[in-house]
Amino acid sequence: MNELTGKPVDRVDGKLKVTGAAKYSAEFDLKNLAHGAIVQSTIARGRISLIDTKTAEAQPGVLAVMTYKNSMSLHQLSAEGGGSPGSGKLGEKDLLPLQNERIFYDGQHIAVVIAETFEQAEHAAHLVRVEYQVEEPALEIEQQKEKAYKPEKGLGGTEVQVSRGDIVKGFADAATKIGETYSTPVYHHNPMEPHATIAEWNGDQLTIYDATQSVIGSRNAIAQMLGMLPDKVRLISYFLGGGFGCKGFTWAHSVLAPMAARQVGRPVKIVLNRMQMFTSNGRRSRTIQHVELGSGKEGKLTAILHASQVETSFVDEFIEPAGTATKLLYESPNVDVSHSIVRLNKGTPCPTRAPGEAPGTYAFEVALDELAVKLNMDPVQLRLANYAEKNPHDGHAWSSKYLRECYQRGAQAIGWSQRNPVPGAVKQGRYLVGYGMATAVYPGNRAAAAAKLRLYPDGRAVAACCTQDIGTGTYTILAQIAADALGLPIQQIEVKLGDTKLPKGPNSGGSQTAASAGPAVQEAALDAKSKLIKKALADKKSALFGQPEAAILVENGRLFVQNDPGKADTYTDILKRAGLPMMEGSADINVSTRETQGQEANPASKGSGGGGEEGKEQEGKADSNPFVKQDEEVDRKKYSFQSFGAQFVRVLVDADLGTVRVDKVASVMDIGKVLNLKTAENQVMGGAIFGIGMALMEQTVYDPNNGRVVTRDLADYLVPVNADMPSFTVEFINKPDPFISPIGARGVGEIGITGIAAAIANAVYNATGKRIRELPITPDKLL
Amino acid sequence: MHPFLLTQAQNNQSAVKALAANNKSKLIAGGTNLVDLMKMYVESPEELIDINALELKKIEPVKGGGIRIGALASNTDAAYHPAVMKQYPVLSQALLSGASAQLRNMATVGGNLMQRTRCPYFFNDSFPCNKRVPGSGCSAIPGYNRMHAVLGTSDKCIATHPSDMCVALAALDALVKVQGPAGERTIPIREFHVLPGDTPHIETRLQHDELITAVEIPLLPFATHSHYLKVRDRASYEFALASAAVALDVSGNTIRAARIALGGVGTKPWRAEEAEKVLTGAPNTTPTYQLAATAALKEAKGYKYNTFKIELAKRTLVRALATAGGIS
Repeated sequence: MNELTGKPVDRVDGKLKVTGAAKYSAEFDLKNLAHGAIVQSTIARGRISLIDTKTAEAQPGVLAVMTYKNSMSLHQLSAEGGGSPGSGKLGEKDLLPLQNERIFYDGQHIAVVIAETFEQAEHAAHLVRVEYQVEEPALEIEQQKEKAYKPEKGLGGTEVQVSRGDIVKGFADAATKIGETYSTPVYHHNPMEPHATIAEWNGDQLTIYDATQSVIGSRNAIAQMLGMLPDKVRLISYFLGGGFGCKGFTWAHSVLAPMAARQVGRPVKIVLNRMQMFTSNGRRSRTIQHVELGSGKEGKLTAILHASQVETSFVDEFIEPAGTATKLLYESPNVDVSHSIVRLNKGTPCPTRAPGEAPGTYAFEVALDELAVKLNMDPVQLRLANYAEKNPHDGHAWSSKYLRECYQRGAQAIGWSQRNPVPGAVKQGRYLVGYGMATAVYPGNRAAAAAKLRLYPDGRAVAACCTQDIGTGTYTILAQIAADALGLPIQQIEVKLGDTKLPKGPNSGGSQTAASAGPAVQEAALDAKSKLIKKALADKKSALFGQPEAAILVENGRLFVQNDPGKADTYTDILKRAGLPMMEGSADINVSTRETQGQEANPASKGSGGGGEEGKEQEGKADSNPFVKQDEEVDRKKYSFQSFGAQFVRVLVDADLGTVRVDKVASVMDIGKVLNLKTAENQVMGGAIFGIGMALMEQTVYDPNNGRVVTRDLADYLVPVNADMPSFTVEFINKPDPFISPIGARGVGEIGITGIAAAIANAVYNATGKRIRELPITPDKLL
Repeated sequence: MHPFLLTQAQNNQSAVKALAANNKSKLIAGGTNLVDLMKMYVESPEELIDINALELKKIEPVKGGGIRIGALASNTDAAYHPAVMKQYPVLSQALLSGASAQLRNMATVGGNLMQRTRCPYFFNDSFPCNKRVPGSGCSAIPGYNRMHAVLGTSDKCIATHPSDMCVALAALDALVKVQGPAGERTIPIREFHVLPGDTPHIETRLQHDELITAVEIPLLPFATHSHYLKVRDRASYEFALASAAVALDVSGNTIRAARIALGGVGTKPWRAEEAEKVLTGAPNTTPTYQLAATAALKEAKGYKYNTFKIELAKRTLVRALATAGGIS
């Protein structure tokens, strides 16, 4: 059988998307739908002293104006429910919307106008008059230094204060040292699709269409805030236009929609506009990172110090874990990784495009480049000299690691041999040519997941899992996996996602969707197939009667005996003879590859915060699936699951004008088995594009005097456009990870961004001799 | 946005009449800037007069040389018009460096003349802004002003004029043809836009009841040796940090005449006559260009985040001159 898994199969939902038939969360035209428009605070700190809604209420079409004065009371999320994104993480746990007059940041939601039409709602929202008692806001990390504290743990129990060996001795032993401070600005996710929520009540039942990376988590968080049982709330999210982290937590607008719908007794839709996407739906914290490295003469690292200062809000704590990859990237006996945090009057940060790894590798991998310069050593050689054969922090074996090959192939692809270590030595016309590289790294996360697969007599197979496709191609890779497991053409597979009625699946954070939902769908499919084969083997009317199960192969829905292909049966005939409407296979797999196994952000782990409704029916039955048993028996605590890669760039710098053009990007990734070459390439290329944005142009600016967001549209917050695109090379090692799962795939969503900013900064140095330690590298910094 | 009435004008006279009849009316052509401003409550006209039916799309030669571009010609049509490309490459290049292909297809030449600043404080009606609400104060001067002007600023406003096209037109001494209730008149491009001074809300000399009908570009044979260079934070679809529109008349090794205008750095499209004087009669060399650049930015004043623009504008100008002057 020709395996589909791994092939560059076209997206199964491609036609739906390009024809506009794919329904995104804002696109459900419910009967009697009303529209909500959000009013936001225009100060960063203080209290509402007056909120006058009379003019707004008098506008044509206006149904109601909700403020803290007339809104329903919400329930605080319990620690259990609010502790992890999977079980439902409200973005700002101490800021339930419209509950009081306090203002903690610019753009805080303070009122919702509900009207017959979108235009009426928007206009009336502009007419809500607000006065404030303004307080002095806390604006920047530097000004709040004395109030900085060191948090114990990050999201989901991540270790953020880590050390090993003796850092003082490590530096004392060093022959060469460098120490520099790097900073990254605030970034906003900016998915193409804004946040959107539609809420509809039917008696005490609530249906929500929500753009979320965590269908179950969002359902649970909303239910808790409304004081409801989760099974009274159905949440649907069939298609997403990207998330990049901002749709991982549940933000205020998602509960404002059901509050508004209850208030007016009609379904209500709330869509954040682009400006609102810069205020109240998460962001990446600014980081100030001090990195010190010590090494022997041959480049062996004797000490690594990585101290990060980050920021959070006054209404929740999210720590950008900038140093977390530092402890395991390279062999070094002495390591000290720390994070300190301050509270500012800005919206709460949240996971953003490789949280931690993206800004962290920028600082760390640029510092390594600085060390390489000081040692007069090739940057690739420096990394090879410190290659970690096993996880240097906990001593665990890597589940699989082929980083050496990544370096070698990446260097080949970029033409590394043409690099001259002397800055500015290579020219192309008027441009200075620079080469730079960095290591890419991202955890190989896998979380618990359940799935169901039904085979029907008409030849169709329907796989179901309550995870979501955030635009990465989840529908497609799950269809490929099911097709291979069943021996059916992909055209006969239907995949259902994004509905809490389905068996519980993972949230889409930490690049874990494919690695978690993939095995679940495969095992459910194998279960269904096995059950049907057993039926045939026991059925005297089947040509397969009496054969051993292991001898049966399937191709195109035709089951036959391996050594006697004439003896055959079909799924359809077996089902028809048995008079069955369908055969169902199921899987409910409770595994995790995270360091903090057991307490990680894991929606589907049994007994933590509930799961999909149909998933519940499966509990207790999972053990009957022998494939699940085998999968769960692997002792994953013995291994470290990490994806690695090497990213190389070539830049052209116009030294007179300070402009940098990224000319070529080569990424070679070790992500275990590639499930779909096309979607995987898309992911790595997309990561590289956002890496270019991070390195050269993206930054959210707050007004230096009042802390309000200044850059709040895509004209002022720059992301790369087509004209900025280099030529991309994306290659994969494509060797299955033998321990992560039976499908051997680690995630590929986020690793693509992790080495790019450092590689570009290093290439700019190689071109110009200028070391830019503050992103983005804009023309003014190179003049 | 504020509710408004949409009306349609059938000809120039009816457009002018409709404007005169309602002082809270605005003309709309491509709408690529005005609709944004309306969504942001920066503009809240009661009436929008759609002028797309007017016969102002033509691009045609003018007797005795030069070219006349109808106010409703799209930025794309103007940029790719063979005569514009041949006689005034600087204008074609300036147009094509602006916005995106989709916006250029919608945007008109007349509308481009009326384009308003991209100052983020101007665009956010919850910030004080003297341009939006006279007397309310300027948020940009003490605020984040990296994109702001260094030439022609006042203590009331430092907003940058955003147009690329107008920079080229300033270098080319274009004439803006307008029609009002009293008939037609001509406003030289350099007088069309005005400095902010104490009245930054007044941006042009166009009266409320006047319609722009065309832009005329006089004959300038040496404009075939012209160039527009725009430096920005990304390769496309972004406003200038600094730009330069230049045309050089070089004979042998001597510059006989020069035209220079700068963009991205001025509160209006910035014609640099002092720099032109430096060039005229001087040898066509890089040192000459550098002297001209120094002269062009002599009066520049930087603010907290944009002082780099002074040096960047000089380098941009030197590079543009080198390209137009055949030194590279």
